[in-house]
Amino acid sequence: MAKQQDSATRSLISSLELRRPGGRALYWALFVLLLALTLTTILPLYWMFAGALKSTTEMLRVPPTWLPTEPRWANYPLAWSRLNYSRYFANTALIALGAWALQLAVSAPAAFALSKLQPAGGRVWLLLFLATLMVPPTAYLIPQYLTVVRLPLLNISLLDSWWGVWLPGAASAFNIFVLKQFFDGIPRDLTDAARVDGANAWQLFVQIVLPLSRPVLAVVSIFTLIGAWKDFFWPYLVLNDASLQPIMVALFRLANRAQEPLNLIVAALAIASLPPIIMFLIFQRQIIRGITLTGLKG
Amino acid sequence: MESVNAPQALAHLRIKRRHWFRAQLAAYAFLAPAILIFALFAWYPILRGFVISFQRIDLLGAPRWVGFANFRLVLADPLFYTAWRNTLQFTLLALLLGYLVPIALAIAVNEMRHARSFFRLAFYLPVILPPMVAVLLWKWFYDPGPGLANSVLRALGLPAQQWLQSPETAMLSLVILSTWANAGGTMLLYLAALQGLPAQLYDAAEIDGASIWQRLRHITLPQLRPIMLILLVLQIIGTMQVFTEPFVMTDGGPVNATVTVLLLLYRYAFLFQNFGAAGALGLMLFVVLAAFSLLYLWLTRRFDG
Repeated sequence: MAKQQDSATRSLISSLELRRPGGRALYWALFVLLLALTLTTILPLYWMFAGALKSTTEMLRVPPTWLPTEPRWANYPLAWSRLNYSRYFANTALIALGAWALQLAVSAPAAFALSKLQPAGGRVWLLLFLATLMVPPTAYLIPQYLTVVRLPLLNISLLDSWWGVWLPGAASAFNIFVLKQFFDGIPRDLTDAARVDGANAWQLFVQIVLPLSRPVLAVVSIFTLIGAWKDFFWPYLVLNDASLQPIMVALFRLANRAQEPLNLIVAALAIASLPPIIMFLIFQRQIIRGITLTGLKG
Repeated sequence: MESVNAPQALAHLRIKRRHWFRAQLAAYAFLAPAILIFALFAWYPILRGFVISFQRIDLLGAPRWVGFANFRLVLADPLFYTAWRNTLQFTLLALLLGYLVPIALAIAVNEMRHARSFFRLAFYLPVILPPMVAVLLWKWFYDPGPGLANSVLRALGLPAQQWLQSPETAMLSLVILSTWANAGGTMLLYLAALQGLPAQLYDAAEIDGASIWQRLRHITLPQLRPIMLILLVLQIIGTMQVFTEPFVMTDGGPVNATVTVLLLLYRYAFLFQNFGAAGALGLMLFVVLAAFSLLYLWLTRRFDG
């Protein structure tokens, strides 16, 4: 994939045209238009973070105040404690970490085996893994739920257990695909040399392949963690016990409870969106590269 | 060659075979967790999806075969037709409203010599928000009284709307939110495609005297066509599975104006505990989506090759 565009590559309007008045006018018109359009995404977010600072009476005012008249910074900590956010944040963090650990523990060895060990029948397994990507998840939502309600053979229920979220999430053909693609790019000479030196498969995996794969492991990890943070529907189905729920499920439940004041709900929304926003700002480069490499929209 | 004695060769073969066997064993040890997890939580449920539509499922007892009874029940439900009509309406409105937006944004952002990463970030912001936050946020915006949506309309001198409260505008409101929440992600994919366009094409056209508009029409858009087609199919597949927006914002109302296929499926399964009927409806949706998935496969094969 091409790296970030630099001045050497050109786009539709050439630098020559930009120096002419007509081209420059067009460029700046486009610039101003785009700037105006950013309002459509920035204004709603501003509205959320600013709305959380208002009092409930100020929130109901028509026309609304564009700036909070008396910003109530206490609304944020108030929402945090009143909605019991410490518990839901901890739940979400643990669910995300577990999902991440299990997904990597399942996908990375499988991708390694398919890429570097190439067992008999490997292509068939790869095809079977990838085939699940072609089936829309909603098509097997019900049977998957029934499986979690009662695991075949074992006859245990994963309802109201984080395993009910972790285990189905670990069946990620996408991870296997992305990791295998990357492992395929690790030169054969490198693994062959290690083999000659007497390394077994496990040593090859842990000492050669994994350390060389830090960039792709980072991308997969970031996507897994952000995905687990945003996830709503599956945890909603599996976790009925409020004390086990992640933040998005709790938000849904709390927002539908009439007795919660609106400004605290909005503050809760703002708080819940901070971790993914911060993650994105920190890992922006990896995320955008990951999206453009894999076609995933995050 | 003949001088190699037979027992030696046989021993050699045996060692080789044992070696091969060990390598296989090691490889399958690495594969085993994935195979186990996929068998339980992907392959088995996918296959079972075809079966449960013909069964009556009790969460406690064993499933019973009921033939086409589930399908008859689903087809006799007047909401079935409402749900498909609404889903198609959502899909079509989302295409009309949202399909071209990411393309235009990407082309414009790609031209920027200033603040390009700011624009990229600004348009991507809604995608970073968790969907639940975005949906609850817009539910609040759509409040006909002090909501942001009507406040903006009033500030622009336009008439206020009922948004989610009226059957006429409820679906459109969901589409606006969905477009807002997703356009930035698609824009990034188009941006990546635009940056892969060969510069010589533009240079040659410019030397030949093609205007900016002509270059857009005859170079940029044709070059983008493969990815435009692929993302068109992906958007159709995605929007036909719309669920969270109507589930959280309207619960299908007002007067069933936003009951979608998946929302109906959810009600069969989790409100009425009728997993067979939900499975039957799911199978119908699957057949429709599978047609689009095949189209997608065919398109990617054609353009990759």
